[in-house]
Amino acid sequence: MKKIINNPENVVQEMLDGMVAAYPQYVRKIDGFEVIVRANAPIKGKVALVSGGGSGHEPSHAGFVGKGMLDAGVAGAVFTSPTPDQVFEAIKAVDGGAGVLLVIKNYTGDIMNFEMAGEMAEAEGIKVASVVVNDDVAVEDSLYTSGRRGIAGTVFVHKIAGAKAEAGGTLEDVKAVAEKVIKNTRSMGMALTPCIVPAAGKPTFTLAEDEMEIGMGIHGEPGTKRTHIMQADDLVDHLMEKILDDIPYKSGDEVAVMINGLGATPLMEQFIMNRRVSEILKKNGITVYRTFVGEFMTSIEMAGASITLLKLDDEFKQLLDAQADTPAFRQL
Amino acid sequence: MAVNSAELIEIINLIAHDIQKNRDFLTELDSAIGDADHGINMSKGFKAVTEKISTMADKDCGSILKTVGMTLVSTVGGASGPLYGTAFMRAGQAVGDKQQLGFEDIPILLDAALEGIKMRGKAVKGEKTIIDALEPAVEVLKSSPMDIKLMNAAVKAAKDGVEYTKGIIAKKGRASYLGERSLGHQDPGATSCYIMLSSTYKAILDRNN
Repeated sequence: MKKIINNPENVVQEMLDGMVAAYPQYVRKIDGFEVIVRANAPIKGKVALVSGGGSGHEPSHAGFVGKGMLDAGVAGAVFTSPTPDQVFEAIKAVDGGAGVLLVIKNYTGDIMNFEMAGEMAEAEGIKVASVVVNDDVAVEDSLYTSGRRGIAGTVFVHKIAGAKAEAGGTLEDVKAVAEKVIKNTRSMGMALTPCIVPAAGKPTFTLAEDEMEIGMGIHGEPGTKRTHIMQADDLVDHLMEKILDDIPYKSGDEVAVMINGLGATPLMEQFIMNRRVSEILKKNGITVYRTFVGEFMTSIEMAGASITLLKLDDEFKQLLDAQADTPAFRQL
Repeated sequence: MAVNSAELIEIINLIAHDIQKNRDFLTELDSAIGDADHGINMSKGFKAVTEKISTMADKDCGSILKTVGMTLVSTVGGASGPLYGTAFMRAGQAVGDKQQLGFEDIPILLDAALEGIKMRGKAVKGEKTIIDALEPAVEVLKSSPMDIKLMNAAVKAAKDGVEYTKGIIAKKGRASYLGERSLGHQDPGATSCYIMLSSTYKAILDRNN
């Protein structure tokens, strides 16, 4: 293992300390907890958004704490859900009296820990609602699995529900728009190389030099198939086919596109992917309203990327364009 | 059998010791069908448990079990934290403020633990989870009057439960994404549950001899 760390046990704590040192104008850390909140939290009368999950997906989620997006990001151990006491602390710190929306990615552990925290907060009289993001089309959605995983599309939920809360939406409004985003967001990713969880010290899986895994999850969970490495256009064709097939699209529809690097894939390759994405959308008569290229939901140092499409309506366009000012996402 | 608070702490310490000993084994099982952290997280949680309960010998058995649960919830993370945490908290509630536990308390507290896990995880037997080891053990314990032999049979039932998980497809948790690829692998959660039951049995057997 070759990493710029001091001690594997302290990576999350030290990362958060460094983050707060970099962005004191945006965020502060709650003493004794792995919780990052807005510098001016709680904001009276505003619905607060709390998200979080295992660490290793930076800038998710703490990087999106700030005006127009999240009020708190809770950082669990690497690839491990944060515990209920941590999430509870975040809820208490950001509740401004209008209630708190928990944005949870669809993993069994995340759901249980956030649910327990929600129960603790409700017992103290805080209004809590939650949504579960499940945008990954690589995973079959059936009665016999825990459902689809939540990946990079979660950032669209942060952006749009965050804008709704900032605009004065009630907890019910913010939850409803978040659910509408989830219904209209689809993603799929792939990986070229594995990543190393610091505490484990070795890669969680191996891929041969000429192999890639299609549909790989953001924790190195196996995807739908392992194939010989493809050219960028063929790869994008494959991912886009699955994404576009999943919800009905028609000519004239508008979308927001997110090309998300998983940690070790350069922007050069991400733009090459986006070139093909825009060609495919054009061919299908779908208009690209906004494109976001970069690292939003990473998987430590994994090489690979995911593509997310959000099908837009007028409300989404307005909320997507609204101001956001956070360490990792700025739109002024 | 009668176990007072100090002895209960010793039993929990033995569980913690056995979990540490199996840290890498549990993590390896988890890397085959999960996210390769079960042993790491459980071992971290039980290390904290050992510290937390070291000063509780003068407290009642229910409080000790509840403290174990709360410590696991706040240190383990993942799915195992809420599941085992809820299990120990429910077990603690079931025994209440008793200063010592007898054989007759074991089925009661393990049944409460099982119900807690089912509620939290929304799972049933046959989905490749902790329940596949715990439920058969509880069924044995409830089948006739409790003694050390029945306890031994319950541990064997849990071990069979772990074997059984090799032949079924995961329907809950991260392993469920693998579909048929989860076949042939034993469930890490069922395994850690068997380890805990087996440690408890060994501790009680030692005490009885």
